[in-house]
Amino acid sequence: MAEAQNIPVGSTTAGQIAVAAESTVATRMSAPPSFDVADFPVPHGREEEWRFTPLDRLRGLHDGTAVANGTGVKVDVQAPEGVTVETVGRDDARIGRAGAPVDRVAAQAYSAFEKAGVITVPKETVLTEPIRIAVHGEGGTAFAHQVIELGAFAEAVVVIDHTGDAVLAANVDYLLGDGAKLTVVSVQDWDDKAVHVGQHNALVGRDASFKSVVVTFGGDVVRLHPRVSYAGTGGEAELYGLYFTDAGQHQEHRLLVDHNTPHCKSNVAYKGALQGDDAHAVWIGDVLIEAKAEGTDTYEMNRNLVLTDGARVDSVPNLEIETGEIVGAGHASATGRFDDEQLFYLMARGIPADEARRLVVRGFFAELVQQIGVDDIEERLLVKIDEELEASV
Amino acid sequence: MATLEIHDLHVTVEADNATKEILKGVDLTVKQGETHAIMGPNGSGKSTLAYSLAGHPKYTITSGTVTLDGEDVLEMSVDERARAGLFLAMQYPVEVPGVSVSNFLRTSATAIRGEAPKLRTWVKEVKEAMERLSIDPSFAERNVNEGFSGGEKKRHEILQLELLKPKIAILDETDSGLDVDALRVVSEGVNRVRESGEVGTLLITHYTRILRYIKPDHVHVFAGGRIAESGGAELADKLEAEGYEAYTKGGASE
Repeated sequence: MAEAQNIPVGSTTAGQIAVAAESTVATRMSAPPSFDVADFPVPHGREEEWRFTPLDRLRGLHDGTAVANGTGVKVDVQAPEGVTVETVGRDDARIGRAGAPVDRVAAQAYSAFEKAGVITVPKETVLTEPIRIAVHGEGGTAFAHQVIELGAFAEAVVVIDHTGDAVLAANVDYLLGDGAKLTVVSVQDWDDKAVHVGQHNALVGRDASFKSVVVTFGGDVVRLHPRVSYAGTGGEAELYGLYFTDAGQHQEHRLLVDHNTPHCKSNVAYKGALQGDDAHAVWIGDVLIEAKAEGTDTYEMNRNLVLTDGARVDSVPNLEIETGEIVGAGHASATGRFDDEQLFYLMARGIPADEARRLVVRGFFAELVQQIGVDDIEERLLVKIDEELEASV
Repeated sequence: MATLEIHDLHVTVEADNATKEILKGVDLTVKQGETHAIMGPNGSGKSTLAYSLAGHPKYTITSGTVTLDGEDVLEMSVDERARAGLFLAMQYPVEVPGVSVSNFLRTSATAIRGEAPKLRTWVKEVKEAMERLSIDPSFAERNVNEGFSGGEKKRHEILQLELLKPKIAILDETDSGLDVDALRVVSEGVNRVRESGEVGTLLITHYTRILRYIKPDHVHVFAGGRIAESGGAELADKLEAEGYEAYTKGGASE
């Protein structure tokens, strides 16, 4: 089993986050982080962390009425040699070490799962093939927990694919040992009716690099909460996201980078396109630079491209800085429209309307897609983006 | 020889919940190789003519005909008009975020020419055209018109004119907002295209200044939504000396 001795147990559980409890990032939550669902009141929708979410479409994940029924999801893991794939009980020490649930649904998932998946890449093991986790919805309700741990100086790419139809509340923990490099691509390519809520916690070790790519195309409601904190100096986190929100879909990405350790870096870039009536995308980007996190370098960015009338974006960057001794900190958020004038301009140069739209959307996403660094995923995304466009034109 | 024929063109626009007629019977024929200057005071409908010919959805054609080599232009979509050989250099070129100039130019050239230009010769063609217009090579990687200065936008329009080689080029106030140096560079670009003899040019302008660089064969005074007077280059000199007053007071307008 891989050692991750650099990671002090509990480094990001309640005690640590209590440091930030005076901050607005933390106080905007209606309850402190907890593994117990009973510690969170049932949300009514006016809480800061729930105010954008259509609670009535969460199929009971938020109020205790959703019950696992055994036909929720089927999980298939393909891992290269040298990787350990286990199913463990709730008492396994690795579970929950990367961070505690911060809202009721994450705590519900934590309180309700029966077995957790643990994937371990031993120290100094450098994988040349990705680990692939296929999560296929079978139409039911499920609660799940997955841990992915990289030992010191291990390197891996993990692709998590969500397809089919399910009501799923699932948390994922990423534990990166010293100098480890982990790229995770989480694709939410659900059928139209699926509901998926989850919290992703990454604990980035000393000099380790974490790259997360969150790609959301499908589902009725998808609400993900990627969070990063650092267990040692020199850690780097890149959080990329891409979403394509269609008519009636609610896709919400709420990020937190907690710079709780000096001399760490983070870069957040999420881009979304929206089309159709009642397409709703929400992006919350919280970055907290704690008083002790001198030498922090962080930037976060969210851009949205609204392709049709009737779509709505809520984009809220929030940067909180408790020390001035930093390298850099910035954020940007912009929502643009693909409007009739742009369409006219491109068409006036001979470009047909559907190709003009494709040009703009592919161009909008291209830069971000190139950041992924996993060829077959990049290809697939470009194809998927074209498919989404075909469906609309 | 390509010919654009505009006959009795009437155009309305919806503004403040009312329908307003802007063009009130425009007659004009532009042949390949000719340069026509359309001059007129603000609000006379010059730009409406330009955008109506290109097919902007804001304008409604209520009567009249526009043909290019006998083909009904008004039946064509905006992109079909461009592929048929109409080009509009816009007064206010539109920013298109996310689309690089190089990608845009190539996509456009592919659409207009009917096949993708061969990469090697295309790169050279674009590079040389950019050099002639004093456009920095870094522009190729910038997003279309995003963050361009007024002069850069206009040079970018003329770059497209040079690359797309239309039959009929409509230049809508290409000179407005340009300093003398930029005006010269842009005019030289237009003249290179004109010298090919293969383009008919409709030069829409408020000022006579650009006519020192681009010599028109015909000058038309536009007032009150139609052509009020036509003549040769000497008409521009008269306008320079006397202004538009004769056309705006009573006269042909309203």
